[in-house]
Amino acid sequence: MQDALFYLFAALTVLCGFLVVANPFSRNPVTSAMFLALTIVSLAGLFTLLHAYFLAAVQILVYAGAVMVLFLFVIMLLDVKEEGRRKIKLFGLITGSASVAAIFGIFFKIFVLTTPTLGAGLPPPGLEGVTKPLGEALFTQYFLPFEILSVLLLVAMVGVILLSKKDLR
Amino acid sequence: MDWINQLNPTAQLVLFSLIKIICVVVVLPTMFAYAVVAERRISAAIQDRIGPNRVGPFGLFQPIADGLKALLKEDFTPAHVRKVYYWLAPAITVIPALLVVAVIPFGSTLGNPNNKMVIADLNVGILYTFGIVSLGVYGIVLAGYAANSKYSFLGGIRSSAQMISYEIAMGMSVVPLFMLVGSLNLSDVISHQSHGPFSWLVFQQPLSFLIFMVAAFAETNRLPFDLPESEQELVGGYNTEYSSMKFAMLFMGEYFNMIAAAAMMVTLFFGGWTLPFFGLDQPASSLGTGLLHIAIFLGKVVMFIVFIIWVRWMLPRFRYDQLMDLGWRRFVPLALANILVTAAVMWLRA
Repeated sequence: MQDALFYLFAALTVLCGFLVVANPFSRNPVTSAMFLALTIVSLAGLFTLLHAYFLAAVQILVYAGAVMVLFLFVIMLLDVKEEGRRKIKLFGLITGSASVAAIFGIFFKIFVLTTPTLGAGLPPPGLEGVTKPLGEALFTQYFLPFEILSVLLLVAMVGVILLSKKDLR
Repeated sequence: MDWINQLNPTAQLVLFSLIKIICVVVVLPTMFAYAVVAERRISAAIQDRIGPNRVGPFGLFQPIADGLKALLKEDFTPAHVRKVYYWLAPAITVIPALLVVAVIPFGSTLGNPNNKMVIADLNVGILYTFGIVSLGVYGIVLAGYAANSKYSFLGGIRSSAQMISYEIAMGMSVVPLFMLVGSLNLSDVISHQSHGPFSWLVFQQPLSFLIFMVAAFAETNRLPFDLPESEQELVGGYNTEYSSMKFAMLFMGEYFNMIAAAAMMVTLFFGGWTLPFFGLDQPASSLGTGLLHIAIFLGKVVMFIVFIIWVRWMLPRFRYDQLMDLGWRRFVPLALANILVTAAVMWLRA
C-alpha cells in the first residue's frame, strides 16, 4: 500500500512539475500555476508517507494555500497573456544543461559510486507528527540559521514596502 | 456483532473509518439543505415576511424542491468561458470544505474507548485544517477566472485578497490556545476544556475567539464581509455566469464552509462535544451517552449556524478598504500582542 502510494505521488510530482514548464496542450500561465499547486500537494503526500505530517501540513498551508494563490492573483491582476513559443537560446541551453549534468553527477555519486546505505545507521526520525522536537531543534541546534533567515525575510519585507511607496521623502 | 471482533485491527480501522466518513457525508448535505431553509425563514422573520412555507409542513420539504430545481434546470455554458476551469471550479469549491471535517471530533466514543468519534485523529489537526481551508480559495478564484467576464473576475480577485489577508489573522489568533493546551491535536484541545464550566477556551481567550470568529466570517465570504459576491456592485460576483447544478455546487461550498467554521469554533472555544454538568465532559462509556455527545456537538454547531445567519441579516457590508484595514492594521497586531501577553502570563505563572 505504502509503496503504491509512493509511486503514485512521485509520478504525480514529476508529471505535474513537467507540465508546469512544458505543457503541450496549453501555454496559459494560469494552467502552469495550477499544475505547480498540484506538484506541491503531491510533494505533501510524499512527506506524509515519510510520517512528516507537520512538514506536509505546512507545505500545503504555506505553498499551495498562500504562495500559489498570490501567484494566481498576480497573473490575473497583470492579465498575463498566453506565452508564445520561445526560441531556444544558447545561454539558456548552456546553463540548463550544466545544471542537469550536475544533478545527474550527484545522483551518480550517491547511487553508483557509494554503496547505498542511506539512513541505515541513523536513529528513527524524531519529527513524526509531533511539533515539539522540530521547535526544539529550531531554537537550539539551528538557532543561528533560523534567526538569519528571519532577518532575511524582514529585509525583503522592508524592501517591498520601500519599493511600493510612491513618493520617498 | 462477533464478525467485527474477528477482523484484524487494520480491517476494523478501515471499516469504522468508512462508516464514519459515510455518516459525515450524509449529515453535511442535510445540514446544508436545512441551513438554507433556516436562512430563508430567519431572514423572512427579521424582515417581517413569511418566507417559504408552502412545501410540506412549515416548508420543511423546501430543500427537495430547491434541489430538484437545481438539477432539472438547463445547465447552460456561456460561449465565452474557459471550459476546463469552468467545469472544475465548482468541484474545487466543494471538496476542501468536505475535507476539513475529517479532523474535527464530533463525539467522544460509542462505548469502545479505542474507537474515537473522529475520522482522522491527526497530531497536527489544526494545521491540517488551516491547510485545507487555504485551498478553498482556489475554487472561487478559478470560478471568477473561468467565467471570463468582468464582474466574476473582480469577485475572484477580491476573494483571493480577502482570504489571504484573514488567513493570517485567523492562524495567529489560535496560537495562544495551543500554547495553553500544549498540543495541536483537536482531541487534546477538547479534553483540556473538560474541567468545569470555565475551562472552555472562550473564557480563557476571549480575544482569540473574537478574532477567530470575525476571520471565519471573512473566510467563508459571509456578510458583513461578502465582498466577493456583493450583489449591488458585482451582480453575483464569482458565480454570476453559473447556472443550474454548477451554481448549486458553488452555493453548497459556501454553506459547507460555514458549517465547518461553526464546527471549528465549537471545537476550539466551546468545548466540542462536552457539557460541564451531569458528567457529560468525560468520554462516553455506553452507546447512549456516546449518541448524546454527538447530539450535543451538533446542537452547538446548529446554534453557531443560526448565529452566522442572524448576523447576515443584521449588519451592513463593510467597504473594501475597511475590510483590509480591519484585517491588517487591527487584527494582525492584536493577535500578535495576544500571543506575547499569553506567553508572558504563562511564564510568570510557571
